[in-house]
Amino acid sequence: MSLILDKINYYYSKGTAFESKALKNISLTIPDGEFIGLIGHTGSGKSTLIQHMNGLIRADSGSIYYNGQDIYDKDFKMTELRRKVGLVFQYPEHQLFEATVIKDVLFGPTNMGMDKLKAELAAYGALKAVGIGEDLIDASPFELSGGQKRRVAIAGVLAMSPEILILDEPTAGLDPAGRTEILRLLKKIHEDNGITVILVSHSMEDVAEYAERLIVIDDGEIKYDDEPRKVFTHIDELRKTGLEIPECTELVGRLADLGLKVDRSCLTVDEAVASILQSTGY
Amino acid sequence: MINFDDVTFEYIRRDEEGNVESINKALDGISLDVKKGDFIAILGANGSGKSTLARHINALLTPTEGTVFIEEMNTKEDNNLLKIRQKTGMVFQNPDNQIIAGLVEEDVGFGPENIGIPTKEIWERVAFALEKVGMTAYREKSPNNLSGGQKQRVAIAGILAMKPECIVLDEPTAMLDPKGRREVIETITELNKKEGITIILITHYMTEVVGADKVYVMSGGNVKLSGTPREIFKEVELLKEYKLDVPQVTEIAYRLRQKGFPLSECILTIDEFIDAVTNR
Ligand SMILES: Nc1ncnc2c1ncn2[C@@H]1O[C@H](COP(=O)(O)OP(=O)(O)OP(=O)(O)O)[C@@H](O)[C@H]1O
Ligand SMILES: Nc1ncnc2c1ncn2[C@@H]1O[C@H](COP(=O)(O)OP(=O)(O)O)[C@@H](O)[C@H]1O
Ligand SMILES: [Mg+2]
Ligand SMILES: [Mg+2]
Repeated sequence: MSLILDKINYYYSKGTAFESKALKNISLTIPDGEFIGLIGHTGSGKSTLIQHMNGLIRADSGSIYYNGQDIYDKDFKMTELRRKVGLVFQYPEHQLFEATVIKDVLFGPTNMGMDKLKAELAAYGALKAVGIGEDLIDASPFELSGGQKRRVAIAGVLAMSPEILILDEPTAGLDPAGRTEILRLLKKIHEDNGITVILVSHSMEDVAEYAERLIVIDDGEIKYDDEPRKVFTHIDELRKTGLEIPECTELVGRLADLGLKVDRSCLTVDEAVASILQSTGY
Repeated sequence: MINFDDVTFEYIRRDEEGNVESINKALDGISLDVKKGDFIAILGANGSGKSTLARHINALLTPTEGTVFIEEMNTKEDNNLLKIRQKTGMVFQNPDNQIIAGLVEEDVGFGPENIGIPTKEIWERVAFALEKVGMTAYREKSPNNLSGGQKQRVAIAGILAMKPECIVLDEPTAMLDPKGRREVIETITELNKKEGITIILITHYMTEVVGADKVYVMSGGNVKLSGTPREIFKEVELLKEYKLDVPQVTEIAYRLRQKGFPLSECILTIDEFIDAVTNR
């Protein structure tokens, strides 16, 4: 399931006095089975970019190919793309509208024509996967806490068994345990089913730990597209665009500046602990 | 200035006929006292009751049992409402939902105008508030073109213009990039230190809490732990039971210490860590 974006340009309010260019000449290849992190300052174009990937926004110029097919061809089935490329929106709780949690999660699968039993199995499975217990299945989504709503929204997309799963800041507003739980869940879905995951995040720590490839977007342009370990060496440039490096990476960098022989490229707490112990002999 | 006396709050769900379908006890016997000028941080799992507690501070909700006093004013008495809401402003998570007007200065002046402040004073308040959040240069710009962090600072300015004594921020940084997060935390820290404004900060980012005077840890509708950040974050294992965490550097120091690495207990920041290592 590959997705290729070729020189995508997009303007909001094109042709009006408010015209603003949100994406500038974006070219990207998303092959099968990667876990990709997408970071950038607020307003850099992350949400605009991912909405191109499932056809919700149409580029002003450039092409997108899904498995080699041009998605802007007249006979391309856009509904198919929407199903295969599942998108969990930035404020997914705004999409919850059914009277109960289970009805909300059932909406997607039912809408795409799954029979009742299959849809229910998919919905229950998805709710279980995101950690929503049976006690909440018949609750109204509006009475859930912020974090509970988020999980329900993710379950709604998971229930459609997408091949590419794109999540726009899915862990914003989750408690630390919930964040880890969702990230591990994404990793598991990615590893077990080979699903491509694209994770938009403002947490440098999270993308450092989970992403295999990190795309940095700045004012509508791709600034870096590389392994996280390489991207996070560009400390000054990242800060200039409103980003950071993970706290543990900053710590080992400061220790290395002091002359300690620690590995500056540590991306996780585990790596930092191991490297500090090794360099100091404790 | 904020006093919760054995406060319980229940969300009650009713069916179409008005019969009670379910009762959800979101606060369960909370007592706490916040002094004027304190910087309080509230941590807790999703659903632990943080937002419900926050909504009691400016009387958006009132207790099912028990009492909440804001400077001796009972939030249950209707004729206190206006005063309480003016004294305690709220900032929410989503920066886009809090902007109302077409220009930054109009947005900030909206609150004071609404309560009938004379025009001249409104403009003085707007100028003061924008200056305090470092957004004076954007005064005549459209809020829509600001970054998330800037929008939140405008939202904070809108509250400042009401001359509050307390600002309650319910996950104000959850939707922001790292720079926006830093801007917001620096802004509220400065308002607390320089203007003496009481701050109640709810967050899921552990690092944002290290500068607070006091941290409350909520679970199941109650406050389970309270203390200084250092007292709280030394409970590395206990916090995990409450679905929380510690800053990465605190975790690293904790694990190194377990291996015999000579570090003082509970390091909260990178600077502290570096100091500890260089003074060794
Ligand atoms: N409007 C509502 N109606 C019914 N129940 C509600 C309502 N709002 C919250 N609750 C319930 O009250 C409890 C506390 O919710 P609250 O929103 O205060 O949690 P929180 O600590 O702010 O969580 P989060 O970190 O997810 O924002 C939860 O069990 C939640 O499901
Ligand atoms: N619906 C919209 N109308 C007009 N401009 C928009 C709209 N959505 C986003 N923009 C603008 O497009 C740019 C990219 O925004 P967005 O994709 O939302 O960024 P991000 O998700 O990285 O925060 C920003 O300048 C933003 O203000
Ligand atoms: Mg976005
Ligand atoms: Mg909340």
